[in-house]
Amino acid sequence: MSENGTSTPADAADAVFDDVRPAPGDERMWSARLRGAAVRALPPGKLMPDDQPSYVASWVYVFGVLTLAAFVVILVSGAVLILRGPSWWHVSSTGLFFNSIHLWSVELFFFFMVLHLWGKFFMAAWRGNRALTWMTGVLSFAMSIGAAFTGYLSQQNFDSQWISTQAKDGLNSVGVGAFFNVLNFGQMLLWHVLLLPVAVAAIVGLHLLMVRHRGVVRPLPARQGRPGRHRVTDRGAETAAGPTPAVPTPVGADGGDR
Amino acid sequence: MLAALVDLSHTGHYLHWGFIQLSVANAIVILLMVIVFVVAIAVPFRPGKGHR
Repeated sequence: MSENGTSTPADAADAVFDDVRPAPGDERMWSARLRGAAVRALPPGKLMPDDQPSYVASWVYVFGVLTLAAFVVILVSGAVLILRGPSWWHVSSTGLFFNSIHLWSVELFFFFMVLHLWGKFFMAAWRGNRALTWMTGVLSFAMSIGAAFTGYLSQQNFDSQWISTQAKDGLNSVGVGAFFNVLNFGQMLLWHVLLLPVAVAAIVGLHLLMVRHRGVVRPLPARQGRPGRHRVTDRGAETAAGPTPAVPTPVGADGGDR
Repeated sequence: MLAALVDLSHTGHYLHWGFIQLSVANAIVILLMVIVFVVAIAVPFRPGKGHR
């Protein structure tokens, strides 16, 4: 509490950490251990940081959050479509508008997600113990393709008929057609409006927590030695003459590792 | 109501290179993505207060 009696962010932080500590005798309870592990992995300052490392000052780092923004628009416009139903979105002008918002937010979602993927791929963003961050990104990409695919099947037009009849042969050839039947409209619609959005949201949420936990990856170190005669690793640049020591990196809120 | 920018009442246009077949619409999107990616790397980002 400050001198004038108002609560400050520092007071709020103290209150949070007081609340994290279990009461005497409760230390072995699963809830206390889980809470402790969660706060150790993601303390509030790491979960919601006030600033970012200087190397994050590039437009390349914006593609991830643009993907997330498009995903929010997809979820909101999809929820509006669910509320009013197909007889609304196929016929009324407002329904057609929300249908288009849903489509174009998906287009932007994939547009920015692939740009995010390019940026992270060329940055080798799996370095520094970030394999789980990378893999949750891969999974969310794969699941998003499934969500978009079932969305195209739910259009109830000739396009969706064409896509489903073409896709069934491919899916049957790999043996999944028995339980994922693209000609079954009801099944595809339910996958599209429930299972896949929940799965994508869960994986994207885990991806974001991993980004916060490990921090944003540092840029690759500058090349050393003759071009083509070295390779850059997590430990530093290795040349034909042998590995050279990496420059020590201070440990900070960015994860502290390369 | 605005008319569509592109007349969609005909079959699509496709590009062919051997076994590769790509619709013009997809080629335009890919080209746009490459342009945006290059611009994002080239254009300086003015950091605000939230960078250290």
